[in-house]
Amino acid sequence: MSPAAGTLGLQVAQLARRSLLRTFRQPAQVVPIVLFPLFLLAVNTAGLDAATELPGFPSDSYVDFAMAFAFMQGALFSMISAGTDLARDVESGFLQRLALTPMRRAALLLGQLAGVMAVSLLAGAIYLLVGLVAGVSVVTGVGGVAVLFALALLIGLAFASLGALIGLHFGSAEAVQGFFPLFFVLLFLSSASLPRELIEQDWFRTVATWNPVSYLVEGIRSLFVIGWDGQALALAFGIAAVVAAAGVAGAARALGTRVVRA
Amino acid sequence: MTSDDNGIEVEGLVRDFRKGPRAVDGIDLSVAPGEIYGFLGPNGAGKSTTVLMLTTLLPPTDGTARVAGHDIRRQGARVRAAIGVALQEAALDPLLTGREHMRLQTALQGVPRRERAARGDELLARMGLADAADRRVGGYSGGMKRRLDLALALVHRPRVLFLDEPTTGLDPSSRSELWGEVARLAREDGVTVFLTTQYLEEADVLADRVGIIEAGRLVAEGAPETLKAEIGRPALEVVPCDALQRGALAEVLERFGTAAAAPPHAAAVRLSRGNDALADVVRALDAEGIAIADFQLHAPSLDDVFLARTGKQLVSEQDPDEQPAERATESMAS
Repeated sequence: MSPAAGTLGLQVAQLARRSLLRTFRQPAQVVPIVLFPLFLLAVNTAGLDAATELPGFPSDSYVDFAMAFAFMQGALFSMISAGTDLARDVESGFLQRLALTPMRRAALLLGQLAGVMAVSLLAGAIYLLVGLVAGVSVVTGVGGVAVLFALALLIGLAFASLGALIGLHFGSAEAVQGFFPLFFVLLFLSSASLPRELIEQDWFRTVATWNPVSYLVEGIRSLFVIGWDGQALALAFGIAAVVAAAGVAGAARALGTRVVRA
Repeated sequence: MTSDDNGIEVEGLVRDFRKGPRAVDGIDLSVAPGEIYGFLGPNGAGKSTTVLMLTTLLPPTDGTARVAGHDIRRQGARVRAAIGVALQEAALDPLLTGREHMRLQTALQGVPRRERAARGDELLARMGLADAADRRVGGYSGGMKRRLDLALALVHRPRVLFLDEPTTGLDPSSRSELWGEVARLAREDGVTVFLTTQYLEEADVLADRVGIIEAGRLVAEGAPETLKAEIGRPALEVVPCDALQRGALAEVLERFGTAAAAPPHAAAVRLSRGNDALADVVRALDAEGIAIADFQLHAPSLDDVFLARTGKQLVSEQDPDEQPAERATESMAS
């Protein structure tokens, strides 16, 4: 074995490459990531544009406001993608094949997550491009776009690592898909459609306030409609980082239980 | 590295699972370097569990083993570096091509970058997959998948090869192609092969030595010829012209040995004096006026060995609904 061959970086790169190939060879996995958020963006913008008339609504363009929702949906798809791919590796025994090589355990997880992140970066770029064509403005400018992608990637990683945790723990792609509605409900029960201050029902406002997803949405949204909002960004980056750290640690642990080798 | 390092030594290997009986119940065996060892037994006998332990994917409950000179409990990484493994269900990614599988495997096995493509192509060609190299594995036949699996197991030039039921589910021609390749690996490259199978024929054709496992225990071990010779006596199966004479036929046959299993229209006897008795049997049947429609002499098979040692028939016909009884990883995770 050549000395450089066993490095973690090479293993991660190989597995990330595999993850990308897998994703792009399953149109059923790529198309929803791109189209579904854009479709919902169009529907919401058409249907909820009147909301901008509400006193206190932070933007006079609903599509600017709704961009954050698209990015959050993209993150949810990252979760499904990372989770089902790893679950399939458990189901098929591919994990055992990998375990028999000198591959470091972390490489599988990091490679898979890196592949999913790359897809989510691409999807994010498409959302933004389509948004810009549709007249979206980013109030924080080019710097804001850079921060937007950094935040979207971190949020994507947080959800993807949760997906990986679920996929490796249950070892079943169906289990991962079973969790999707739960996370989708979390997204709907957040401030994704309306600013928290403008939610009329008390219970909804309370749930949205306690729901960490609200702060992820608000962090992204601040870059589009509010301007540089240190508190919103700190909360979004902080929550995403904590979830990502917990998710990666949990997924690594689940992987350790799956791959017991002497 | 000398070829002396290529063997397998197993001592008192035991594996318990939380649910169910002891899967492997104190197995001792040794495989000489360059030997093809056939581990024969019915589904659920403990074959795959043994392979998982020997390949370091499952820790033994008790006992130990050395593979290629390394302790499976304490030197896992060294064991894995020395072995190639093709597990029961060829675990391939249907979305990747054969060449992409080779590329991933050569990289993860630490084959130097400039040698990877050549090594991959060489093995694909050797397994007759050169033309299919750029097709996705999802479209491969069962035999092609097994051959790719074998190619993947060989990328790092392992000295010991573990094959878990390599031909289960394959058609006869794919099966014999794979047998040819495995035999070549052992004969020409000196690779030690540990092969599990539920097919008697496979063990008989391919293995230098056979270990028969039943309910987690080794019940017989030796060269197929030796094991069959221990059973010794051939069975004679006779079909009478007149089906009504079957009873009389059986009575005559029993003078020459003990009755053996036979189809409904025939009678059979395991000849106590071996083939020498054949002429006497024919004379006796003639004397009793029993006309013979068909007459077959069965040399002892490994099935007879299995029957003699366990009192059971080894069913080697494949049942499509059969679930592999040893899903060790699942049991561990539950």
